[in-house]
Amino acid sequence: MSKARHTIALFATLFVFWVLLNGTLAPDTLVIGVLVALAIALLFPNSLSALDDLAPLPRVAGAVVRFLAYFIIQLVKANVALAYVVLAPSLPINPGIVKVRTKLKSPVGRLLLANAITLTPGTLSVQLEDEFLYVHWVTVDSDDIEAATASIVAGFEKELEVIYG
Amino acid sequence: MGTLLDLLGGLLLVAGTTFLLLGGLGLVRMPDVYNRIQAGTKATTLGTLLTLAGAACLQPGWTIKLGLIGLFLLFTNPLSSQVLARAAHRGGLHPAGVTKVDRLAEDNPRELGPKELGEPS
Repeated sequence: MSKARHTIALFATLFVFWVLLNGTLAPDTLVIGVLVALAIALLFPNSLSALDDLAPLPRVAGAVVRFLAYFIIQLVKANVALAYVVLAPSLPINPGIVKVRTKLKSPVGRLLLANAITLTPGTLSVQLEDEFLYVHWVTVDSDDIEAATASIVAGFEKELEVIYG
Repeated sequence: MGTLLDLLGGLLLVAGTTFLLLGGLGLVRMPDVYNRIQAGTKATTLGTLLTLAGAACLQPGWTIKLGLIGLFLLFTNPLSSQVLARAAHRGGLHPAGVTKVDRLAEDNPRELGPKELGEPS
């Protein structure tokens, strides 16, 4: 994405957040919002934005919805699984740090993947090195890189691949 | 309609705080810092989201702001968990004795260092 487009996208995101947080369209609020959002957008031209590296819109919309649906289902499953582990008298954990591989190239795609992994059943991203993620896993099924990738990464990666090409 | 929303909001609040309670219990029961972070991340995310949803049902005027709080939470919560875990590992904190495998330590042999005798695990 070009630098100008990046600045505009960042400005628009910040400004929309400002308006939503204030909950008013009063002129003085809007003017302050424009000034602050513009200053931040110009001062931080190299920051990451979720809008970077986005694939063309029509293809993305469906994938975003599927990603969010999958994410919410996983989030609920994570909490139920954790509730079971914590309440079981024997504390049935089998922890370990496994290594998995991602096919995603975009930095934002990898960031969202790492975040999604951290929020799902018993997995916590510890380190991201190039295409490898080190993930702490409360109940290790397999420390084989391919098997662990299939069970931790694959579900999210499928949709993120579409979104961030 | 109002009472129905109040009921739904109350139920969501109870469900959310239950998950937060279980997360707190997890913090006490888990054997090492990495597993404790796991308990902290999961429970606080869904617990707080449900609590926010409950609050939105009770105070519909706040829905947008509560939604934004939820969005911030979804981005900042995993980030801070990851940084805590990374810092703990880099600082040489060994995972608990029940830990089966540590690929990160295998690939960065000098990071953890030898386990000291008598170190709790």
